[in-house]
Amino acid sequence: MANLSSLREAVRDLIHDGDTVALEGFTHLIPHAAGHEIIRQGRRDLTLVRMTPDLIYDQLIGMGCAAKLIFSWGGNPGVGSLHRFRDAVEQSWPHRLEIEEHSHAGMANAYVAGASNLPFALLRGYTGSDLPKVNPNIRFIECPFTGEKLAAIPSVRPDVTVIHAQKADRRGNVLLWGILGVQKEAVLAAKRSIVTVEEIVDDLEAPPNACVLPYWALSAVCPVPGGAYPSYAQGYSERDNRFYKAWDPIARSREDFRAWMQRHVLDTDDFAGFRRVLAESMKEAA
Amino acid sequence: MSSTETLDFTATEIMTVAASRLLKDGTVCFVGIGLPSTAANLARLTHAPEVVLIYESGPIGAKPTVLPLSIGDGDLALTADTVVGTPEIFRYWLQGGRIDVGFLGAAQVDRFANINTTIIGSYDAPKVRLPGAGGAPEIASQAKEVFIVLKQSPKAFVAKLPFVTSAGYLDGGDARARAGIPGAGPTAVITDLGILTPDPVTRELTLTGIHPGVTVEQVKAATGWDLKISPDLKTTEIPDAGTLAALRDLHARTAAAHGISQGQAGGGEG
Repeated sequence: MANLSSLREAVRDLIHDGDTVALEGFTHLIPHAAGHEIIRQGRRDLTLVRMTPDLIYDQLIGMGCAAKLIFSWGGNPGVGSLHRFRDAVEQSWPHRLEIEEHSHAGMANAYVAGASNLPFALLRGYTGSDLPKVNPNIRFIECPFTGEKLAAIPSVRPDVTVIHAQKADRRGNVLLWGILGVQKEAVLAAKRSIVTVEEIVDDLEAPPNACVLPYWALSAVCPVPGGAYPSYAQGYSERDNRFYKAWDPIARSREDFRAWMQRHVLDTDDFAGFRRVLAESMKEAA
Repeated sequence: MSSTETLDFTATEIMTVAASRLLKDGTVCFVGIGLPSTAANLARLTHAPEVVLIYESGPIGAKPTVLPLSIGDGDLALTADTVVGTPEIFRYWLQGGRIDVGFLGAAQVDRFANINTTIIGSYDAPKVRLPGAGGAPEIASQAKEVFIVLKQSPKAFVAKLPFVTSAGYLDGGDARARAGIPGAGPTAVITDLGILTPDPVTRELTLTGIHPGVTVEQVKAATGWDLKISPDLKTTEIPDAGTLAALRDLHARTAAAHGISQGQAGGGEG
C-alpha cells in the first residue's frame, strides 16, 4: 500500500547507493524535487535511466551521484547541450560516467517489457544505425515464424522509479494527465516507486479511462506542490522556459555549477526552500 | 547571404517555407522539434490545414497556437485530437506503419542522407557529445518517406559521418532496401541554400533546387563532398507575402508566449 510520506523519508528509505533509478518525465511532470532530494542525501553509484535526461540529470551527474546513464536523448530542450553531462562523457568530470545509449523506440519498448515482466523488448528498430556497434545490449534475433530480423534489448527494470503527478487521493491512488511519456510503464517496471504530487484530494474525479496508478502498486506518495519546477504540471503550472535558458551559463563552468548547487540545493532543506532561494538569486541577477 | 536579404526574406525563412511547401494537405507527419516543427506548423497554418502532426511525446493531431519550445509543451497536448503514451506512439503509430512523412533535423548528414546526432570525433572519446538519437532512428526507417531540414555548411554536410545515428541510404544504391528498412528514406534535404534530393539509382544527394540569390558555387563550398548538380536545377519560388506574414506572426506569437526567442541550437526534445 502506498505510504503517504514526506519526500525526505521516501528517498531515505527507498533509494540506496548503487540502485538503478529512473526519474521519468517527458518535458512535462519531471520530478525535479525528488532529484534534488537524492542530491541532498548524497546518493552515489546510481545507474540512472531516462529517455530524455535533462536539467535534473545534469545536476545529478555533475554532483557525482551517477556511475552509469541509460538514455536515448540528452539535452537542454529548446536551448542546447547539457554541459555537466558532456563534461562527464568528454572529460570524466567529476568522474567517469558509463553510458548505454538507445533510441526512444528502444527505451519505450524496454520499459513496456519491464512492466510486462519480460526479459527483453522486441522491436523493428536500429536497422542501419551505428548504435548496435557501440551498445552490446542491442542485438538482433530472428522471428520464429517469419524469419524476419528484429531488434532485441534488455528490459528496463529499475530498483526505483520516481515520477511527478497532478494529484493523489488520501489512500494514495495517483492521477496524471496531459503528456504521459513512459511514466506508467516506468512505475510498473520498477521494484519500488515514489510519486510526488501537486496536491492530495478527497476524490480524484477520474474518468474511467484516465491514467490512474492504484495505491497498492506504489511505494510512496509525497505531496510536493510545484515539485516539477522548472518543468510543469498541466493544470497547475507553466514550464519556466527562462530557467532552462538560465541553466546553460550556470552549467558551463564547474565552479559556477558547484556554487549554484551548494547555495540552491545543498544549503536548502527542501524544495520549498530551493524555490525561495532561487527567487532571491533570480532577483539579484535581474 | 547579402543577395537574398535584398529580396526581403532571410535564408532561414526561405528554408522554412521551402520545407513547409513539401508537406501536402492531409499528410500524417511525425514531427521533430525545432526547424521541422516550424515548417510543419507553417504548412498547417497556410496550404495544408488538414496535415496531421504527431509528436513523439504523445500528442496526435496537435494544432499548437505557438511553436513548442520542447517536444512536450502543454499546448501540444491541449490542442491535440488525443494524447497517448510514448510507447504507443512508437509501437502503434510509427512501427504500425501509419506515418506518411518523418520530418527530421540533424547535426550532420552525408552524401547518402545518413544522419548523425550522436558524437563528433570517436564514440569512446568524443570531441563533442551531441544529444543522441531520440526518436530519429525508427522515424527515419519506418516513416513512408523522410524530409530532413538543416543549415548547409561544410561541417554539417560531410563526406563521411563519424557516427550514423539514423539511416538514410547507407552506402547508396539499394543498400537501404537490402538492409530490410521498410520506409523509402529521405526524399528531400532542405537547407538555407537549396534542396537536395537523392539520385534515383545511386541515391547520392544531388542539388535539384537552389534558392533565389544563391550561386551553385556557394552551395558547393558549403558541402563537404563534390556535390553533384542536377542538369535540371530549379530556382526555388520566392515565398509569397501571405506565407511570410504567417511565419513571422508565428514566431512573434511564440516569442511573446515563451518569454524568450526560439533556441537555435540543439533542437529540443525532453
